[in-house]
Amino acid sequence: MSSDLDVFVGNTTLIDEEVYRLWLDGHSVAEAVARRLRGGVLEREGTSVAVLQSDTRDHYRTFQMLERLLHAPPRLLQQLLFQIPPERQALLVQRYYAFDEALARELLGKKLSKGTKKELDEVSARTGVGIRSCRRQFDNFKRVFKAVEELRGPLAENIQQLFLLPPALARDYAAIVFFANSRFETGKRRLQFLSFGDFAACAQSMMAHWSQGALAPEAAEPDGDLPKSFLQDLKELKVLVSDKDLLDQHKRDTSGMGVPVLGGPGFGGSLGGGVPALSRALVNVGGKLTHARDVRDFFVDLVEKVIEPCRSDKWSPGDLRLFLTHYTAAPRNLPGFRHQALWERYMAAISACLLRMYHD
Amino acid sequence: MPGKLKVKIVAGRHLPVMDRASDLTDAFVEVKFGNTTFKTDVYPKSLNPQWNSEWFKFEVDDEELQDEPLQITVLDHDTYSANDAIGKVYIDIDPLLYSEAATVISGWFPIYDTIHGIRGEINVVVKVDLFNDLNRFRQSSCGVKFFCTTSIPKCYRAVVIHGFVEELVVNEDPEYQWIDRIRTPRASNEARQRLISLMSGELQRKIGLKVLEMRGNAVVGYLQCFDLEGESGLVVRAIGTACTLDKLSNTSAFLPACNSPSKEMKESPLVHAPSHGCRSTHNSPIHTATGSRLTQNFSVSVPTLIYTGMGSGSAGKEGGPFKTLLRQQTQSALEQREFPFFTLTTFPPGFLLHVGGVVSARSVKLLDRIHNPDEPETRDAWWAEIRQEIKSHAKALGCHAVVGYSESTSICEEVCILSASGTAAVLNPRFLQDGTMEGCLEQRIEEASPPGCGFCHIPYDELNMPFPAHLTYCYNCRKQKVPDVLFTTIDLPVEAIVVGKGCLIQARLCRLKKKAQAEANATSISNLLPFMEYEVHTQLMNKLKLRGMNALFGLRIQITVGENMLMGLASATGVYLAALPTPGGIQIAGKTPNDGTYEQHISHMQKKINDTIAKNKELYEINPPELPEEIIGSPIPEPRQRSRLLRSQSESSDEVTELDLSHGKKDAFVLEIDDTDAMEDVHSLLTDVPPPSGFYSCNTEIMPGINNWTPEIQMFTAVRVSRLSNINPTNQTLNKNFNDLCENLLKSLYFKLRSMVPCCLCHVNFTVALPEDELVQIAVTAVAITYDKNQALQANKAPTEKSQQRASTDNEEQLQFPLELSSDPLSSQPFSPAKEALEGASSHTGIPAAQRATSVDYSSFADRCNSWIELIKLKAQTIRRGSIKTTTSLEKASPLAEGYLRHRSVPSGTNSTVSVVKMTPLSFLPGAKITKYLGIINMFFIRETTSLREEGGVSGFLHAFIAEVFAMVRAHVAALGGNAVVSYIMKQCVFMENPNKNQAQCLINVSGDAVIFVRESELEVLPAPPPAAAAQPAGSAGDVTT
Repeated sequence: MSSDLDVFVGNTTLIDEEVYRLWLDGHSVAEAVARRLRGGVLEREGTSVAVLQSDTRDHYRTFQMLERLLHAPPRLLQQLLFQIPPERQALLVQRYYAFDEALARELLGKKLSKGTKKELDEVSARTGVGIRSCRRQFDNFKRVFKAVEELRGPLAENIQQLFLLPPALARDYAAIVFFANSRFETGKRRLQFLSFGDFAACAQSMMAHWSQGALAPEAAEPDGDLPKSFLQDLKELKVLVSDKDLLDQHKRDTSGMGVPVLGGPGFGGSLGGGVPALSRALVNVGGKLTHARDVRDFFVDLVEKVIEPCRSDKWSPGDLRLFLTHYTAAPRNLPGFRHQALWERYMAAISACLLRMYHD
Repeated sequence: MPGKLKVKIVAGRHLPVMDRASDLTDAFVEVKFGNTTFKTDVYPKSLNPQWNSEWFKFEVDDEELQDEPLQITVLDHDTYSANDAIGKVYIDIDPLLYSEAATVISGWFPIYDTIHGIRGEINVVVKVDLFNDLNRFRQSSCGVKFFCTTSIPKCYRAVVIHGFVEELVVNEDPEYQWIDRIRTPRASNEARQRLISLMSGELQRKIGLKVLEMRGNAVVGYLQCFDLEGESGLVVRAIGTACTLDKLSNTSAFLPACNSPSKEMKESPLVHAPSHGCRSTHNSPIHTATGSRLTQNFSVSVPTLIYTGMGSGSAGKEGGPFKTLLRQQTQSALEQREFPFFTLTTFPPGFLLHVGGVVSARSVKLLDRIHNPDEPETRDAWWAEIRQEIKSHAKALGCHAVVGYSESTSICEEVCILSASGTAAVLNPRFLQDGTMEGCLEQRIEEASPPGCGFCHIPYDELNMPFPAHLTYCYNCRKQKVPDVLFTTIDLPVEAIVVGKGCLIQARLCRLKKKAQAEANATSISNLLPFMEYEVHTQLMNKLKLRGMNALFGLRIQITVGENMLMGLASATGVYLAALPTPGGIQIAGKTPNDGTYEQHISHMQKKINDTIAKNKELYEINPPELPEEIIGSPIPEPRQRSRLLRSQSESSDEVTELDLSHGKKDAFVLEIDDTDAMEDVHSLLTDVPPPSGFYSCNTEIMPGINNWTPEIQMFTAVRVSRLSNINPTNQTLNKNFNDLCENLLKSLYFKLRSMVPCCLCHVNFTVALPEDELVQIAVTAVAITYDKNQALQANKAPTEKSQQRASTDNEEQLQFPLELSSDPLSSQPFSPAKEALEGASSHTGIPAAQRATSVDYSSFADRCNSWIELIKLKAQTIRRGSIKTTTSLEKASPLAEGYLRHRSVPSGTNSTVSVVKMTPLSFLPGAKITKYLGIINMFFIRETTSLREEGGVSGFLHAFIAEVFAMVRAHVAALGGNAVVSYIMKQCVFMENPNKNQAQCLINVSGDAVIFVRESELEVLPAPPPAAAAQPAGSAGDVTT
């Protein structure tokens, strides 16, 4: 005697968190049943495998019907088909949009295109995230990207409104969109030590300090793009390295102020010539940002030209912080330097990024 | 021209894309009532159109208002080709036709299409202006209230319970009309939906007319059913109980009415309805069938059974004269009625005097085409016949009335089984008419029948018993005789004294039958029926004994006919009534005592049975107080009977066997094992697994023995279709399969609901259908209710105490609120200024104070749980423009519902979420007060698909459809201003598939009462909430709003 048809529909939709997890992870019904069995539910509840199968199928069907609504969470709130208490709705959305950081790290800065989706098999193998789950998460990234691409205003807030995500998750998505938009290179070997969290933090600093939304709430450009005018202006900073006088003065000011603290071994020694090198690197990174090609190399440059030299000089993170603080403040005393505000806006994000990235 | 219907189409949202090129839709709406149609403008290129139409006005007479549904069709405008229909909404405007219910229907309705299901939503406002026109000869019955609830609704009091009303209308089924070959299935299904909507309106109006004739103002226990007779047509029939109801506490409409009208009854003098006229002529027209019709109409009436107490006993001596008097009294009241039937299952205390037992009648009919839909004489005559039979059975039991009465049909091809059943009872006449002798009689009644056990006392004359029964003196009052077992179709009376807890008991049975045609088929079915009834009864009795219980409530026996088999499913709730004697055990007797191994086997089985009984007694906490034998008055151990099925001609010769009981327990029920069949039966007895710990189940309204419900409820529908894949099925294998199917389904429910433990499945309602050869479909609707375990333990003391406690929960509620109101709020609650303020405010705004408390409660809840999502929702709201607009339109909707709407608009305005609507098959919501009945919900939907695989197969298809039906019921209730449906029932779920063609179709019919409820905890929020109760509502507050 086989059951052809077997459904259970509650007035309040039943959501089993465990089964939801299994469904999100991309397991088939059979796999999910096997896992639930291993979880010992049979012994606990004294039920049968058939019951477990029927239950799992019911939940899977519900989730499949819900998935359409989860693609646009505000609709989940408005729809009449499933009666779900608000805290459960929040849970559904949150879990659906939660992602594996390892996967997100792999995809950071990549174009969210069909081509990338085809490569998910390898990503899945590398990260240990199931392929179906990979695809779902990839689609989430892409959906969020498409939805906010053209919108004005702060990225994270837009995402929060359109997808009803908790603030932290919305900020992570904002980072993903930001990276996808600017296509920053993150896959190079020398960047491998950086986690998704590092990049997300960098993205947030960059958006916070650099994007239009940071200055004017009614900005004309979407937050995901770095404002062209700002990038153009950054070229002006080259004066700090091109003008010999300014460079020397800047160097003097920086090291002068730092002497008492930075006088430790290895600091004064190698940085005698290092400060100008660092200075040049820092300013040049900004100057290059007008070209999309160079934008991609932003993080590579920072690591190669700043972090690695500092590391080889055995700076501690404290040392770097001190240096950056003084280095940022120094031009204030430079005569004839008119871009103080621009400089500080630029350095605020750069410093935050460098400090976040400066670890093993 | 006594009515003006006004409709406004506000907006639509989430419409489907109808134009692939632009990914948009050019939507407009057609509003149709009767023969008049209005159209809105086309709102171009939008999936969220804002029509904001003018008020469309229909001037119609009230007959039309009652019959016709309002039809709203959403279409996509197409310049070059025909406009495509997106979907429809049918709105039953009946709730607007009586003054106390809703005054406006306003809200988002799912747009429904028979092929695509729900396709977006539409916001509609509907109002009716009624002009009074009382003097003319009325064909309409506006103003008669309808309730599905099978008890006196909570905020009313019964002045007079008039009695049975019934009606049926027939029509041709559009599905089977010749035009079917021309039009699409979709058109045919839409025609069916429209027709059934129309027919149920007409039926309701006709029933209403009968009620008015009886001078009643309401129908309680209204049950409407469809018979899809296929080629021969479509029958819509309804039964109900006409009453005169009086609204309680008019001054404070939101305040809870009492739960037991009897109290009120004593306080206020009875309002006597004027004597009723012309009842018998109109109640049930019996048309004499012509001779030729009779020959066409082959029909077999089946011997019917009466279930009552078992065993033989001695005659009693007391109570004879009084009973005679009483009988005469009641008789005079009831004899005026053609059918003294009541569809109620719960009664005001004092209404039910004695219960005789279950009476049922079945009849097998051959369907033929209904020649003249205006004169549905044959169908009427069929039912009249059956009712007559029921009436005579009740008489034989010394009863003049039948309570808990219901009717059903099972149709397979051209054969139809009509069934009716109820509980024979003796009623207190004072509820039935003006009580001329009320004063003196009432006293005597109360004297004669103590509250806890009176209904168990036999109504028939001991000296002249209609059948041999085993009588003893009542274990409670020791004055009257009681049977040893009692079967009823009603709910457990509130005042009944129960030991331990109750449990769901089911008897399941399959019988193969040969495929045959017409008369031969009907004959073979009617030959099988008595055996099935007998076996169902035996199973019930055995299972009852196995649980150590002595009474069944809510008994419902369903016999389903299929092509090649019959199925019987009986469900009831077993309890131990303190008034009835302790049931004896089950004794197994072998036929061939010489065989040693056989003996061993028997004794092994006997041990298993005894163990099970002991285990069950522990499980259901059945430990009745021991009574010394002599007090009881020695029941005489005469030769015991086996199963006594009375009045069944075919039975009398069967099963007459002498049993040797010398070794058994005194009252043991003996099962004789004479062949393998019997062996199987005993085995199957033992296969019933008790529910896992923390679960109880029953099919009655309340679980006997549990009284501390917490407010969390979960109503659900589960459907299973299984293939009986045996090549050569036998009755035994079929029985086993069927039994497993039911048991597995129950197990699955317990597993699904495990997070609610400790909880009880109440009103578990199984329906069986045999859609095709070898296919069995079981649908279950029930509600899981959580309860407080700690309190349960406390309450688990002496049985009397318990019953008092239960009664007192009612009384407290009942007393507390009216008292608070009547006394000066300042003096009565000096310590709760906040409540005063609320009450004060509510008195002039008309907003229930507690509803405001609801939103307060909710916000705090939201703060705790997920403040961020609230915040986001708020923001999200500002992005979306459409929903804000509609909120405003809601607000100005109507003056009366304003209070509630304003309340609703709080959540919908701030976060635009959907308001929660609770659904329950029960007549109440635990921990809540029903403050207003908004009208009956009676909906019929058809869904079809031609892409079954793509929609997730049969399960995916039906899952979505049931969810859609729930959604549409909730939307209608919310639009009426309600927040719950009580007495919800899924009356029909007909599923057909054709996997080869990738097609499926399903019909669902549901009904219930839309209500507004208020949490008790919110009514008494401020003054010192009881600690246990306070914790619970906080958690549940979240589902009140949003």
